[in-house]
Amino acid sequence: MSFLRSRFFQAVVVLVVSFVVLRWGIRPPAPWSVIQLYMFVVLMAVLIYVSADSDSWRAFVRPIRSTLVDPDRRHVRGAFLVALPLLLGYYAYTQAAARPQAPPELRAVHPAPPASIRFRGKEINISGVDNPLRKDGAALRKHVAAGAATYVRNCMYCHGDNLDGKGHFASGFNPPPANFQDPGTIAMLQEAYLFWRIAKGAPGLPKESTPWNSVMPAWEDRLTEEQIWQVILYLYDATGQQPRRWETAH
Amino acid sequence: MKARTSSSSLATRGSFHCAWLVFCAAALALAATLPAEAQEAARDPAYRAFPLIGSRLAVWAVAQLHLNFAAFILGVPIFALIIEIIGWRTGEPRYDWLSHEFVKLTFAAFSTTALLGAALLFLFVGYYPRFWTYMTSIFFPTYWVYALLFFAETFTVYLWYYGWDWLAGPRKWIHVGLGVLSNLFGTAILFVANSWVTFMISPGGVDESGALKGSVWGAINNFTWMPINIHRLIANIVFGGTIAAAYAAFRFLAAKTDEERARYDWMGYIGNFVALAAFIVLPFAGYWLGREIYAFNQTMGITMMGGFMSWLWIIQAILIGILFLGSNYYLWLGMERIPGSERYRKYVPPMLIVLTLGFMVWATPRSLVLTLDEARAMGGTHHPLLGVLGVMSAKNTVVNLMILTTFLSFVLYRRANRVSTRGWVGTGMAVQWAAFGVAAAIVVFYGVYGYFVESIVRIGFSVYQVLAVLAAIVLVMAIDIPMFRGARSTGRIRWGTIAPRSQYVLILLAVTFTWLMGLMGFARSGIRQHWHVYGILRDTSPEAVTPALGYAANVITVVTIVFFALVMFIFWLGGLGEKGRTATHGHAPAPMLAGGSDADA
Repeated sequence: MSFLRSRFFQAVVVLVVSFVVLRWGIRPPAPWSVIQLYMFVVLMAVLIYVSADSDSWRAFVRPIRSTLVDPDRRHVRGAFLVALPLLLGYYAYTQAAARPQAPPELRAVHPAPPASIRFRGKEINISGVDNPLRKDGAALRKHVAAGAATYVRNCMYCHGDNLDGKGHFASGFNPPPANFQDPGTIAMLQEAYLFWRIAKGAPGLPKESTPWNSVMPAWEDRLTEEQIWQVILYLYDATGQQPRRWETAH
Repeated sequence: MKARTSSSSLATRGSFHCAWLVFCAAALALAATLPAEAQEAARDPAYRAFPLIGSRLAVWAVAQLHLNFAAFILGVPIFALIIEIIGWRTGEPRYDWLSHEFVKLTFAAFSTTALLGAALLFLFVGYYPRFWTYMTSIFFPTYWVYALLFFAETFTVYLWYYGWDWLAGPRKWIHVGLGVLSNLFGTAILFVANSWVTFMISPGGVDESGALKGSVWGAINNFTWMPINIHRLIANIVFGGTIAAAYAAFRFLAAKTDEERARYDWMGYIGNFVALAAFIVLPFAGYWLGREIYAFNQTMGITMMGGFMSWLWIIQAILIGILFLGSNYYLWLGMERIPGSERYRKYVPPMLIVLTLGFMVWATPRSLVLTLDEARAMGGTHHPLLGVLGVMSAKNTVVNLMILTTFLSFVLYRRANRVSTRGWVGTGMAVQWAAFGVAAAIVVFYGVYGYFVESIVRIGFSVYQVLAVLAAIVLVMAIDIPMFRGARSTGRIRWGTIAPRSQYVLILLAVTFTWLMGLMGFARSGIRQHWHVYGILRDTSPEAVTPALGYAANVITVVTIVFFALVMFIFWLGGLGEKGRTATHGHAPAPMLAGGSDADA
């Protein structure tokens, strides 16, 4: 069992175990792009570990050197000579072969909003604006209820009755509808940002977010300004999230 | 042999002729395009097109090169002065030699920096005349200040360098004073130039039409001026340290004697130490700058962090992760040349695990690159686990833990060949470990708590995390210094015996940091998008498009290669003058370090 103490063997084990954990230990599965990134870091760490002192480095390199030059390892060398090009060829094939799905893509999830937008001919500031309905504390519950009704009539089919992005049509869309329960969505944004996204939808997305790659309608043609603010109130109320506040200058 | 020489000579001449032909062809092509450029310029005075590569790329490349050199010549004198003062106060000539070596490097790069600055100015005046006219209408008084400071800086550095022997001995305080003045003038130059570049990001002191409202001070003291001043000042020290260490590594690898190898091993260690010490506080300054950008304009902040630049920060995380891993790796390799360091080898694996996990968390993207199948499997574009790691709470937490770990590496390195003889060593060690533990606990606590509060409160938590880490660093060092004063030595450091791969790490760190500077420069300029001066002066040129990250990465890479080629050439030129007279010339003899020196390097 001396091979268990071999630095080279230990390095290989760490790499394999890391890959297994990252590939099958994370649920739901992590995207392949993230696994590649993680494995790059692990590989660097393993190389540092085996070469952080001279004895360890010599022990690590010994089996590699032996495989490359020792006469009695000729058969192993030959096997590598066949296996490595085959593996590289297979990798090249997997990268180049056509697949029945769109390639992975990077999409800006929170594109930068404009400072102001035109809403039915009216200029509405996005930068620095809070939900105007919050000023009317007495009528807040009424506005939330109205927002819920508007949501159920218009938004629920995609964003779901639990506001988790799992509506009836959700599985047909790429990217899927936003999950408002996720603390990484509306909790990260000011209410004015939501107003812009709801009012202008996918057609109003900037280029960085590829406007053609979303089915979110521009609701400015169907909802009034007050209805949109009401829906926003409802989203935060129903999910228990707090809208992001504007930072003050200091 | 003669025939071979002759054929070699012919080949060289052939290559020379080929190069000459290429140069002539390029010059002809350039000359042919110039009349067209002149006609175009007459039609549209707002912009002129730089031949072949376009004006923006020309300005980008020259600006990045200029900033690289400027950062080097402003950063190195700061720690060269500190090292000179250490040598002056301790009376150890090796520090004086090292300080002079560092200033020599600066000196060689000085004129190149000025030339590149002039080239940048010509590009602005010639190819962006409307922009330059506007900037002049705001900042004209500062041009005079800049020029005067430049004169003062140049003459002071000349005096500092050439007066090294003249102002030695009892007049050393005058020499140190010159070093202080050089640094003050250099820092002032940096601050003036920063006022121009930060005004372009966050203009202040002007009305909506862009006209100056009051004095020029309102434009200088804009939102991002002071954060960038601090950030660049620290980054320049890191950059200077890494370049100086890379220079030492190069000299180490090319060394012919043990003595020379020992000398440059020590120089590389000091350069890396300086870079590491400044690097530890750099993320804090960067975070402050980011907050100020958000405070100035949320849209700009979201463009920078959440919009199309979101993946730029993943690249940044990878580069900084490499810097952390590389710096620690260098320290661990360096411990091999220290007798007695074997005691501390057992700490390497746990430290490496913390750094690796921290690196992985920091590099976890918020905006994932994923296929439709992967998105469906995740139930949306956000992964329930990775989403948690992709936000600032997680990233602030791990970066603070990585800083603590790096500091622990340094502490272990520092005491590698010492055994404290103090009676209170047990208590001291316990308090030190407690300081590490409490700081880590505070960092983790606020990191986790950050998930349960709203964003604006969470941002404030980073301050507590930073303070906890800084307090631990101060406390540990406050105990460590007296605890190991007069300590028993387990052996002398065997300078020059470090594994050669450590020197490649030093070169890698310099290249990584230079690349990182280019990337951050792109981020700083890119967030203005289609504005020369954000919200005031729009970029109406055909090149008013923010380039994609891949294109930017290619440009940064090419400019980084050019920078290192120039640096090598300049250092080679600087070394020519030293050839053949190193032994007899100089303010202080090169130190004898081979075979060991005391541990307090």
